[in-house]
Amino acid sequence: MARPALAYIVGAYEHPTRDAGDKTMAELQADVALGALEDAGLSKADVDGFFCGPDAPGTGPLSIADYLNLNLRHVDTTNTSGSSYLLHVSHAAQAIQAGKCDIALVTLTGRPRAEGRGKGGLVRVDNPQQPDYQWEAPFGMQILNMYGMTAMRHMHLYGTTSEQLAWIKVAASHHAQHNERAFTRKVHTVEEVVNSPMVCDPLHRLDCCVVTDGGGAVIVTRPEIAKSLKRPLVKVIGAGERPEHQQGGYFEITTTGAAVSGKIAFEQAGVTPAEIKYASLYDSFTITVLLQIEDLGFCKKGEAGRFVMDGNLISGVGKLPFNTDGGGLCNNHPGNRGGMTKIIEAVRQVRGEAHPAVQVKNCDLALANGIGGQLGVRHASGTLILERE
Amino acid sequence: MSERKYIEPQPSAETQPFWDGAKQGKLLVRSCRSCDKAHWYPRNHCPLCGSRDLEWIEASGKGEVYSYSYMRRADPPYVMAYVTLAEGPTMMTNLVECDADKIRIGDKVQVKFIETSGGVHLPMFTPQSAVP
Repeated sequence: MARPALAYIVGAYEHPTRDAGDKTMAELQADVALGALEDAGLSKADVDGFFCGPDAPGTGPLSIADYLNLNLRHVDTTNTSGSSYLLHVSHAAQAIQAGKCDIALVTLTGRPRAEGRGKGGLVRVDNPQQPDYQWEAPFGMQILNMYGMTAMRHMHLYGTTSEQLAWIKVAASHHAQHNERAFTRKVHTVEEVVNSPMVCDPLHRLDCCVVTDGGGAVIVTRPEIAKSLKRPLVKVIGAGERPEHQQGGYFEITTTGAAVSGKIAFEQAGVTPAEIKYASLYDSFTITVLLQIEDLGFCKKGEAGRFVMDGNLISGVGKLPFNTDGGGLCNNHPGNRGGMTKIIEAVRQVRGEAHPAVQVKNCDLALANGIGGQLGVRHASGTLILERE
Repeated sequence: MSERKYIEPQPSAETQPFWDGAKQGKLLVRSCRSCDKAHWYPRNHCPLCGSRDLEWIEASGKGEVYSYSYMRRADPPYVMAYVTLAEGPTMMTNLVECDADKIRIGDKVQVKFIETSGGVHLPMFTPQSAVP
């Protein structure tokens, strides 16, 4: 029985660059927008909804709408950092269902390498006006140590090991070797990961994602338009979102927003985690993947360490093929925001257009999840469930 | 190894009593008269029940390590941590005057104020066994 569609993803495009050089953010926005439209078989004049994050330069969507000369009747600039683009697809589906737009363009671009942020860690600048600033910035809060504390507590509560976390990088690297555009195609062993320099206990250098330039875009539309196009039909059948935070000082950092966003998406889709053939999981760090596997219901809480071992995330080998493009850990994490590339690889899998070496057989049901912000303090999870029609 | 430079907190009217207390060696937390719970970080409303009927209470300064991470590549390295206060909430802090390789989650710790170059006293924690 056909499940009801929220909307269809009819175009998907990943920018080929990993080093943007002299290319401006606006040019990257144009590249990904036009690339996704071409993939869909649509033109710029068809777009009437535009969804972007703060990576799009200018006030909200205005400068890029001007630059691209878009004729719009709906915009949304929801910002939950790296997961924004999963929320944008969900919000686009809602807007389409409400009749507010017909063809929605969702973009992401970034150039941290070109801007010199590729070395010495991910620099984020918090605003002193944030109510949390004075309680966090003076203590040296950084992305790294928030994920470090999250991993440390998971190890304490459940006996998770560095070797288990390393298996996540190993699986991503097995996939990346087939991706000629991957930032790094080197196949890693568990030993190499745990012997790479410790940057922030208990995370090693190879537990961290790559820093890349580039971006991507997707096109979301209504069923009648999707069916008039020539691309394989990828329908969104479930979507969920969940901001998570410190809850007044009473929180458990090893539980992510995916526990809620996943539940909402699975209930809406009417499917179970066991039915998912492929998962794009946000992989800013190995620990991010581990927690999503538990919170999305692919295994019980505390058991993901054992779940990911022995290649269980490797396509053709394990039970849950993940990030078959090499993910943010090896392929691409444009603008330090990995949500868009998660959607794009899930679309490729559902279309049957992933690299043949990693294409999941009969991939009729896939999931994409994003964790934006920082585990351990404040983040938002966005879940999408995609089905081939 | 460089001397640690702290980002200066920027107190507001809402939080100034906390930083004034810190200067006197007191760890103040906001507690709600309606739901009787302390919260972190301090606010003029209770994030647990929404009440505005709050008081400052002096915490015992005792707590235990909720989690930690040793920032090895920072110059100088430091230990980021969450400490669960005896009064209930868990707060972000650093662990100081301790052997970073011997810290364990659950360790008992005691507040220790560290002064910034701007003269603000930051609430950090040290193992209780290290306190005379």
